[in-house]
Amino acid sequence: MKSYVQPEYLIERDNDRCIRCKVCVNQCSYETHYYDEEDDVLCSRNENCVNCQRCATFCPTQAIAIRKNPNTYRPNANWTQEVLTGIKKQAETGGVVLTGMGCDKPNLTYWDRLLINASQVTNPSIDPLREPMELRTYIGSKPDSLKLTTSKTGDITLETKLAPQLRLETPIMFSAMSYGSVSLNVHKSLARAASEYGTYYNTGEGGLEKSLYKYGKNVIVQVASGRFGVHPDYLDAGAAVEIKIGQGAKPGIGGHLPGEKVSAEISKTRMIPMGTDALSPAPQHDIYSIEDLRQLIYALKEATDYTKPVFVKIAAVHNAAAIASGIVRAGADAVVLDGVRGGTGAAPRITRDNVGIPIEMALAAVDQRLRDEGIRNKASVIAAGGIKSSADVLKAIALGADACYIATAALVSLGCTVCQKCYTGKCPWGIATTDLWLTKRINPDIGVKRLVGLLRGWSLEIMEMMGGMGINAIESVRGNRLVLRGVGLTDKELEVLGVRMVGE
Amino acid sequence: MVINDVINHTPENLSITEKTAKIDATGMYYKDLNSLLRSLDANGIENIEIHNVYGQRYIGTDLDNHINIDIYGTPGNDLGSFMKGTNITVHGNAQDGCGNTMDHGKIVVHGRAGDLVGHSMRGGKIFIRDDAGYRVGIHMKEYLGKRPSIVIGGTAQDFLGEYMAGGVLVVLGLNMKEKVHNARFVGTGMHGGTMYIRGDVRHLGEEVAVAELNDDDYNILGSLVDEFCSYYGLDAEKILQSKFNKIFPVSSRPYGNLYAY
Amino acid sequence: MKNLAKTNNPYSDEKVFDACSIFGMMNLKGERFSAKDPIRAMANMHDRGNGLGGGFAAYGIYPEYKDDYVFQIMFLDKEAKKKTARLISECFNIVNEEEMPTQEANVTDPPLMWRFFVQPKESKMENQSPDDFVMEKVTRINTETGKAFVFSSGKNMGVFKGVGFPEDVAEYFCLEEYEGYLWTGHGRFPTNTQGWWGGAHPFSMLDWTVVHNGEISSYGINKRYLEMFGYNCTMQTDTEVMAYAFDLLMRRQNLPIEIVSKILAPPLWSEIKTMTPENELALRALRQTYGSLLMNGPFTIIVAHESEMIGLTDRIKLRPLTAATKDDMLFLSSEEAAIRLVSPMLDKVWSPRGGEPVIGRLETPVAEATA
Ligand code: SF4
Ligand code: SF4
Repeated sequence: MKSYVQPEYLIERDNDRCIRCKVCVNQCSYETHYYDEEDDVLCSRNENCVNCQRCATFCPTQAIAIRKNPNTYRPNANWTQEVLTGIKKQAETGGVVLTGMGCDKPNLTYWDRLLINASQVTNPSIDPLREPMELRTYIGSKPDSLKLTTSKTGDITLETKLAPQLRLETPIMFSAMSYGSVSLNVHKSLARAASEYGTYYNTGEGGLEKSLYKYGKNVIVQVASGRFGVHPDYLDAGAAVEIKIGQGAKPGIGGHLPGEKVSAEISKTRMIPMGTDALSPAPQHDIYSIEDLRQLIYALKEATDYTKPVFVKIAAVHNAAAIASGIVRAGADAVVLDGVRGGTGAAPRITRDNVGIPIEMALAAVDQRLRDEGIRNKASVIAAGGIKSSADVLKAIALGADACYIATAALVSLGCTVCQKCYTGKCPWGIATTDLWLTKRINPDIGVKRLVGLLRGWSLEIMEMMGGMGINAIESVRGNRLVLRGVGLTDKELEVLGVRMVGE
Repeated sequence: MVINDVINHTPENLSITEKTAKIDATGMYYKDLNSLLRSLDANGIENIEIHNVYGQRYIGTDLDNHINIDIYGTPGNDLGSFMKGTNITVHGNAQDGCGNTMDHGKIVVHGRAGDLVGHSMRGGKIFIRDDAGYRVGIHMKEYLGKRPSIVIGGTAQDFLGEYMAGGVLVVLGLNMKEKVHNARFVGTGMHGGTMYIRGDVRHLGEEVAVAELNDDDYNILGSLVDEFCSYYGLDAEKILQSKFNKIFPVSSRPYGNLYAY
Repeated sequence: MKNLAKTNNPYSDEKVFDACSIFGMMNLKGERFSAKDPIRAMANMHDRGNGLGGGFAAYGIYPEYKDDYVFQIMFLDKEAKKKTARLISECFNIVNEEEMPTQEANVTDPPLMWRFFVQPKESKMENQSPDDFVMEKVTRINTETGKAFVFSSGKNMGVFKGVGFPEDVAEYFCLEEYEGYLWTGHGRFPTNTQGWWGGAHPFSMLDWTVVHNGEISSYGINKRYLEMFGYNCTMQTDTEVMAYAFDLLMRRQNLPIEIVSKILAPPLWSEIKTMTPENELALRALRQTYGSLLMNGPFTIIVAHESEMIGLTDRIKLRPLTAATKDDMLFLSSEEAAIRLVSPMLDKVWSPRGGEPVIGRLETPVAEATA
């Protein structure tokens, strides 16, 4: 069948600048460029290009420009290019349209309509470079009160036994991305960066590769519906266990690592034979209800002898507040909320763009509900899904998060250009792939530096903004919604967010 | 043995002779029971009898040594979940989630079991003398030397072997009047492993096919049925004489063509 | 006026979310027994609830008043009681009334509890059946006075529920002093704190009671369908919707439970296809007609009314239910251990199939689902 879909991008090559080095041919994993020996020119198969900018970045003479195909259908606000192309693809294949990374629609973001405060006159701002500025955060359940005794000599002894806590030097952690959806070198980079900076990396649901067990102190091991690579040593290896109920990019649906990505290495860590599809069912089949969730939380606590916090991660959905309240009552030490803009290695586009709610709203509602219920201290709240700058982190903390999870931003620091084609398994940046030829493109030694650079840069910016507000400890921002004001929001939106209008 | 120093639990509940301990679990909360089991395990006890068990959960989870536990009563949900190698015998029935995500070890139930027997199990063996509930062996998987197996003496309910990705699941139907297992959606989403079913199945999932057993199959089946019979005093040869159906996945990639490009 | 829906659902969620343990126990000969065993069984499943709601329904407990409707009512204040008593005496002849016997127990903020044994006044009924008359008045009390809530209104039966673990609620109501031939129990795990005793289960209307475990994803349409038939879903819980569905289908439309279970948990189309042409036609029509009452999502319920106890799970059995028999006793429970605790040597134990009801009727044998 002739495909009616036109190439999305056109490659323009400046033949005068091109030195025939063929870097582009080697760099493109979609076989877009090829060298025509007869004419001694480089040519392109435009239809293959996904505009990942790998070739353009590596072309030594900047001879390549990638342009959006100017041939578009007649402009139409409803029947957009994306809609028409999607329908044609489906007509030709009878399948589900896949995509990667987070929702790319503009109208689901609230961060940019929230503004942060600063001190002027009535209280002093602080210069964070020279004065103390504390970002340390502890994730875990906190008691209602402490019992302490003071001896005659003035020594204070703590009588209450605290629940296990994770110590973060900055309120930013690396969110779950399974080994299989991203490469081992990405995992190595994340694990080492987390341990170097004093934060945590989440294994995702594909298990923990043996060589990474030594970073266990900085690893959160995930238990998802497929239970891949979940065995007693794995649970023991991590600093915390995360039960994944859902993911912001695809709430309510399962996952599926296609057999061709299950290489020998992946198969070892996931503990399934090579080449078989790794199916993650939509639900955890031992959790059909809130009391079942408690059963799994305590099964994991029993399996780790109550030494590790247990997180529960859900996609932000309509009833997130009530659900989160139930999760805390079920015994979770932390609730992770993943918003509608959260990334993914592969999801049906229709689900990614239409199911779930923005993290800002879910976070605000959950934090408020847990406070109304008097149980906010019983669990930490972690925000994920669509955090793209240090300001987003700070705003999330002000809305009520204890910490944020980032994933897309971490990958971007490693080279990702958010081309949204992760599901092809051919990521030219060597990230969302298990192809050994491509995975070499991430050098963990360099990857660590780039990730640490990102963490450091964002942390410094957070300190700058905190200093500006005259606040020198992150706990004074946490849940302090008075440091935020909204702009361009309706009364109802402001009400749900619990923030005032600018000027108010 | 200096065990009482380590275990701060009312000693009336516990008696120890040599390497064997006896626990009366009457009214005991599961957390206390399981932490008692952990300390007994850590102190070199090899056999534990637990009496008067009524619904205590997670028995056998997180024990490091390969000890034997005999349970008298009805153990609670998630019996032996994440288990590393304990041998559990239940003198009674098991509830839901028996052997959940179990890694190694053995559970022998002298009775029936509820839903989700061996959910996501990746190693070890489970034997149920009578019937089992819904979703037996869901998503059990094998890898290299680790091959989980489950043998059900009676019949099982719907979604038997759903998502199954490896291992062996045997259903003997010993107590059935008719020769047809009433379960629906047997092997739906199955993409690895094998089921051996004595008798026919009412409704198979789309991802599986039925075949006759070959010699290899009979070897695997034979040794599991032998072991099953050794626990319950039954005649393996007689059972093996009847017709078995082998149910296997058509593809290890059931959803290969689900997506547009 | 205090809005009861608001009390039960303080955040105006689309509905109240909860989960739990359920238990039922019935003597098929109608012999009465004390609450001791149901209480022990519920206490054994303590971990399935979280102390934010517990309750019991009991049948055959008021033999001396067996022909009277019994209104068991919670009042948020004395004023509400006065108003409600006036309304009751206008429409009913009060045979007896008394404060419900209670004792100290580990429960949270008990309201004032009162019970009235009543007969509808003939003069007030306008061509209505007594049941319809009672139902109308109960709905009126529950919605109009705002601070009064009738949590039980059948004959020779009663609901006892509140905020606490079931065993504590039982202690509070001195339940061990009652004897009935049928008991059901519920331990609740709501996602929010329930300040309101009326939010606990069992939920009841006339002598129908429901205890329920699970969450019904189709709630939105189930509710709107029932509203079309005049039901007022004030409690915003799945359980309420369940109770009204039973009232509509069994009491008003007179359908037998075997059919009702096929409405609430219908067979899949793939199965209907394999039926005899006659059955296929019937079941297709049921789905076509009652599609809005399909209870989609995980549930197990135990429904009871005079002389009958029914256990039912959703069609793909996403919630647990174990059934057992011993001599004249029929047991239904979320966990087998709870049954074993009160009756160690059982004649038969089984897991009912999804969508196939287990029915206990006085003096009739128990219908058994095939394994
Ligand atoms: S896919 Fe990437 S590397 Fe290949 S041509 Fe397009 S931009 Fe260049
Ligand atoms: S990870 Fe790779 S494939 Fe995915 S969006 Fe980034 S560059 Fe594209």
